[in-house]
Amino acid sequence: MSRPEGIQLMEGNHACAWGAIDAGARFFAGYPITPSSEIAEVCARELPAYGGIFIQMEDEIGSIAAIIGASLSGKKSFTATSGPGFSLMQENLGVGIYQEVPCVIVDIQRVGPATGLATQPAQADVMQARWGTHGDHSIIALSPATVQEMYYLTIRAFNLSERFRTPVIILGDQVIGQTYENIKLPDPSSLDIIERIKPFVSPEDYFPYQPDKNGVPPMAAYGDRHIVHASSTCHDETGYSNFKTQTNRALLTRLKDKIYNYTDEIVDVEHFGPDHAEVTLISYGASSRVCKYVVGEAEKEGIRVNLLRLISIWPFPDRIVREALGKTGAVVVAEMNQGQLIGEVNRVNATNTPVYLASGIDGALIDPDIIMAAIREALK
Amino acid sequence: MAVNLGYKEYFKSDALPLMWCAGCGNGIILRAITEALSDLHIPPHQVVISTGIGCWGKADDYMKTHAFHGSHGRALAFGTGIKLGNPDLHVIALMGDGDALAIGGNHFIHAARRNIDITAIISNNFNYGMTGGQYSPTTPLSSSTTTSPAGVAEPGFDVCALSETCGANYVARTTAYHVTQLKRFITAALLKQGFSMVEVINTCPTHFGRRNIPGDTVSMMKYLKDITVSKAGYEKLDEADKEKYLVTGELVNRERPDYLSVYREMNPGGPETDRGEGH
Repeated sequence: MSRPEGIQLMEGNHACAWGAIDAGARFFAGYPITPSSEIAEVCARELPAYGGIFIQMEDEIGSIAAIIGASLSGKKSFTATSGPGFSLMQENLGVGIYQEVPCVIVDIQRVGPATGLATQPAQADVMQARWGTHGDHSIIALSPATVQEMYYLTIRAFNLSERFRTPVIILGDQVIGQTYENIKLPDPSSLDIIERIKPFVSPEDYFPYQPDKNGVPPMAAYGDRHIVHASSTCHDETGYSNFKTQTNRALLTRLKDKIYNYTDEIVDVEHFGPDHAEVTLISYGASSRVCKYVVGEAEKEGIRVNLLRLISIWPFPDRIVREALGKTGAVVVAEMNQGQLIGEVNRVNATNTPVYLASGIDGALIDPDIIMAAIREALK
Repeated sequence: MAVNLGYKEYFKSDALPLMWCAGCGNGIILRAITEALSDLHIPPHQVVISTGIGCWGKADDYMKTHAFHGSHGRALAFGTGIKLGNPDLHVIALMGDGDALAIGGNHFIHAARRNIDITAIISNNFNYGMTGGQYSPTTPLSSSTTTSPAGVAEPGFDVCALSETCGANYVARTTAYHVTQLKRFITAALLKQGFSMVEVINTCPTHFGRRNIPGDTVSMMKYLKDITVSKAGYEKLDEADKEKYLVTGELVNRERPDYLSVYREMNPGGPETDRGEGH
């Protein structure tokens, strides 16, 4: 057996692959791209022993298509990529959302746009994860900050995708994906693993898009006697095309409500540092680790700083961020881009709290000095 | 598990009338598919129809089997995941010429190369019908379309030659006119392990046909007969005449091992020699 036992020095990408396997993933389709390829490599080596299948597709468009297909055939499925590949996946991401297909897309972010400063770290796909596919839609995205958290958030990503019947994105970055840290994989039997709800009616009475009380339709698999008609065209509860405007309205509303009505179930944050502070940092992923360091450095200078770390990014934790804005002197949003999530912070800023950006776009982990400079600016 | 069901147990009769134009051959192809499934006694729940986007991409709405209707050009990529997710399924990808060979050309090449056990049925009407009759990768050189008013400046694809070169196990060409042959080829394709492809030359009376084929819809259907010749007949033609015709028949029928058979043989539960390293 090659499943790592005990405390291991492990790369974030490997931890992601093991999290997926422990969550029950049995199908991976991907296309090589740095800095995510190790996820594919671990899957190619390990999945067969679990009865799973790995396939290297001809591009990222085909990769996300294949995982959507395999999920509809009943297999927990995922893919991994970085910015350019994530861009190629956007159209079919919408297909997965619209057809309500549980699957996980791992984006190990690197500097863009285009080929960019390949393959250095960035967090600049945050808004692409939210709005990259065309049309109105909801999305769930998680952002790990350590190798151990990469493992657990990958499991959580699968659980959320099965619970809500929707694609879930892991917004990693090159730092987390390719950093080696100590990690201990738990006993798999100790994990809470969520499976999609199967139909509880007879095949004759089954409509593949008739929702349960949570707005999520019980899900049969291809090959079951419960016939599944999955369409990227506007469809009613039968799954077949339906071009009535009220059908479109009802479907879009349900797809939004099934996630946004349960935002509190999805949202995950960490509060770090003193309860009350002159400046509150808001950050996520690799940047948030630098923020933790900065909280300590600021304290040495006699500045009281705390951190609100977003572990889940989408849906945006409006209420928690609004509360944080209301009880601090100023906010510094630290992210490795030119300012993406800061727009969401400003959107929920009911108290007109001053908000500053600490922007790291140097193709490296954000420099603590950038964050300290923003804190000093906020205190002027 | 075999069943004995008429073709209407696969075909969604209550969705009639078909959305396709009068004189289009898509309904004929759909009838042949459902009859082949019936003849082969394949239960509807063991079939997944994967469609692309375009006129022929609407075919899933007339099927009672499992179905998938995804994005333009990707029916084979979705189908690859569907098949690997449950290898017991019969996966049938329905694509038009533009869908399969332009936007989906890369997936087509690699599905054939892998020799994955999927049956592709391409309805080739030589243009993009759904979007108003623009030229496609199979539109013959110099034909008139809405985006080639002076004639297409590109030669068309030979999808059968492409399929053979890439590695498909079964390749056949027929037309919507040759209904008996059509059903026979689809049946053979469904029975074939590995990638199988049936190209069905089809009419588009509304667009390509109206611009390029003289006469009414009936004469367009007869035109399919006039421009095709059997393999045996083709060999007897003078070299100069050969390029005037499309060859119909079973053009490839071979037994290369399919993707999943090879993968399973190579990965019988994990390659032990490679494992336990790299952590």
